[in-house]
Amino acid sequence: MCGIAGIINLKDGIPPSRNELEGMIHAVHHRGPDGYGFYYHDKLGLAHARLSIIDLIGGDQPIHNEDQSVQVVFNGEIFNYLELRAQLQKKGHRFYTHSDTEVIVHLYEEHEEEFVNHLNGQFAIALWDSKKQKLLLARDRAGIRPLFTIETGGRLYFASEVKSLFSHPAIPREINLTALQEVFTFWTTLPPHSLFESVEILPPGHLMVINKGEKRLSRYWDWSFPNEQIDNHKSVTEWSEELRALMVDSVRLQLRSDVPVGAYLSGGLDSSVLTSLIKNFTDTPLRTFSIGFEEEEFDESGFQKDLVDYLGTKHTHVLCKRSDIGAAFPKVISHTESAIVRTAPTPLMLLSGAVREAGYKVVLTGEGADEVFGGYDIFKEAKVRRFWSHAPDSHWRPMILQRLYPYLKHSPTASGAFTKRFFQQGMEHIDKPYFAHIPRWSTTQRILQFFSDEARAAVPHPVEYAAINRLLPDEINSWKPLNRDQYIEANTLLSGYLLSSQGDRVAMANSIEGRFPFLDHRVIEFAATLPCRYKIMGLNEKYMLKHTMQGLIPESIRNRSKQPYRAPDSQSFFVDGKPLEYVDYLFSEERIRKSGYYNPKTVSMLMKKCARGKALGFADNMAFVGILSSMLVDEMIIEKNAIEPYNRHQSS
Amino acid sequence: MSSEAKIRNYILENYLFTDDESALDSADSFLDKGILDSTGILEVIYFLEDEFEIKVEDTEMVPENLDSVNNIVSFIERKRQ
Repeated sequence: MCGIAGIINLKDGIPPSRNELEGMIHAVHHRGPDGYGFYYHDKLGLAHARLSIIDLIGGDQPIHNEDQSVQVVFNGEIFNYLELRAQLQKKGHRFYTHSDTEVIVHLYEEHEEEFVNHLNGQFAIALWDSKKQKLLLARDRAGIRPLFTIETGGRLYFASEVKSLFSHPAIPREINLTALQEVFTFWTTLPPHSLFESVEILPPGHLMVINKGEKRLSRYWDWSFPNEQIDNHKSVTEWSEELRALMVDSVRLQLRSDVPVGAYLSGGLDSSVLTSLIKNFTDTPLRTFSIGFEEEEFDESGFQKDLVDYLGTKHTHVLCKRSDIGAAFPKVISHTESAIVRTAPTPLMLLSGAVREAGYKVVLTGEGADEVFGGYDIFKEAKVRRFWSHAPDSHWRPMILQRLYPYLKHSPTASGAFTKRFFQQGMEHIDKPYFAHIPRWSTTQRILQFFSDEARAAVPHPVEYAAINRLLPDEINSWKPLNRDQYIEANTLLSGYLLSSQGDRVAMANSIEGRFPFLDHRVIEFAATLPCRYKIMGLNEKYMLKHTMQGLIPESIRNRSKQPYRAPDSQSFFVDGKPLEYVDYLFSEERIRKSGYYNPKTVSMLMKKCARGKALGFADNMAFVGILSSMLVDEMIIEKNAIEPYNRHQSS
Repeated sequence: MSSEAKIRNYILENYLFTDDESALDSADSFLDKGILDSTGILEVIYFLEDEFEIKVEDTEMVPENLDSVNNIVSFIERKRQ
């Protein structure tokens, strides 16, 4: 795991200098504290910050092919590198390291742009072919590792994080208000938008080729589901046996490392599956890490303890208090480089800190299982709403909604007949591929009411749900409804938030690499063919995964309902009704007015409501966290361009 | 302050985040106008129980009682009788 950065001249110009590249790569030092490497050409420069995990001695990058005409810097892991290496050696390729990186250059020699299809891994790659004067930028299928680009002044700059781009004096810094509206609707910007004007995200599963000053973007992989008419008539046992074998292989591959590998343990099904597979099918010593909360509503320590006892693992538990969240939040935002609507990434940053302290660099984690196997409440909610839409006057059909959120203290289904009215909203969109997401998006969009008149004027066409259509494949309407829901979830929340703001960025904040066995593309592709009834059986989510793990995890965990990972939100920023100092400053009328994004008066009323502890629902909490995080972006990134986290004293 | 004024102020301040009286008509449906979401209604119930010293029963949590300022005012009057 590492950080990469680079510059290519799209027109004739001054060659990228060591100084420029050093500035860019130093900005992502936290991604690769074990050393730097550089490569220069008359029109191109590549830089690399290394976190040594495989081939600790010989794996320094850039890495090249036999005649040094192909150079690569890369962030991530190629899990099937041993198999690829053996195949390539048979074809006569000579290796000078034992690193996984080296297979990339030889695979490229064999397959050119098709090389990405052979990789099983999580990666952001920059590969330079000096003979063809061609630069390839590639990102892994699910979007685990980040890569940002910006074109300006006849050059293309690229880097693992935006701060690396912004360290270069030629790069302008401005929040893109349309992108901010996207975050306040979909929880993420929609690629290629990043939160920043002109800075683009290389979307997951995409390859960009830059040749003779021209850029060409293509998609080499996508989540895909069978046509609605096709059903696969395997028995539950057959599906289950195949799935188990595949998951064992995925975990086995992802444990490849020359440093010890740990695992996150949430107390839920997904991390239990991973830890149990490690314990039962590999000889890797199991070392686990978990986070807990003082508030019963969020805490899963009891289930975590059940699993620790069951597996007998060496375990570290971190207790996260509200005050910890408030204190760490600015640092989190300096890493997410985006507005976010929940504080949930913060405890995960504290957890990755504990992993680092324990001397570990790599953890396996359960993200992706909900998207791949059908775990989310939003899927079940949509299933009930679709069922209800067949008989809109039915009294008892919507009553099933009340079974959906038993873990919430202030559940949206606790308000009797209002529940019915609430979930009735958006029913007219029953034929839209994003039908399932409308309740979430409409609640999130309530943040837009806080925008200032100037901000509204600057975005004459507010973002609409249909903006998502540009990300959707033509054939999506031929898929079963659950598969449509899965696709949208994978291409918004998963890649744009869970794997980035709540994944890579808060792990790399402490130089920790997360690995995601459920996102092995073979697992995704296999699960895509599972009949929907084996994903959600009735309202029993991830049925097939649970069935497959029978006898391997405690029944208490296998049978429990999913509890989504959440953390205390607005209350983390107040002590005895008083806001933390930096919050008070960022929400002050003067500072809000200066940024221009929000209406100071409405923001001040929201602040008062939160201070009184009266903000109970999702909408107010998301608004508070969304506004605070965007103001932190404005303060730390736009105004100060600070690489180090925000320090209140700098602003006084 | 009348019950209606108290309820209006509460809704304006806590859900519309404004003191502009024209932003809310007392007949406006909270759900149709997007003023409240489904958890917002729970907050309103806490407020009513606190402010007017009433207890809202589960069976009373229906739009006819709670979905507009006017509906709430009538509901509170009935409860107090």
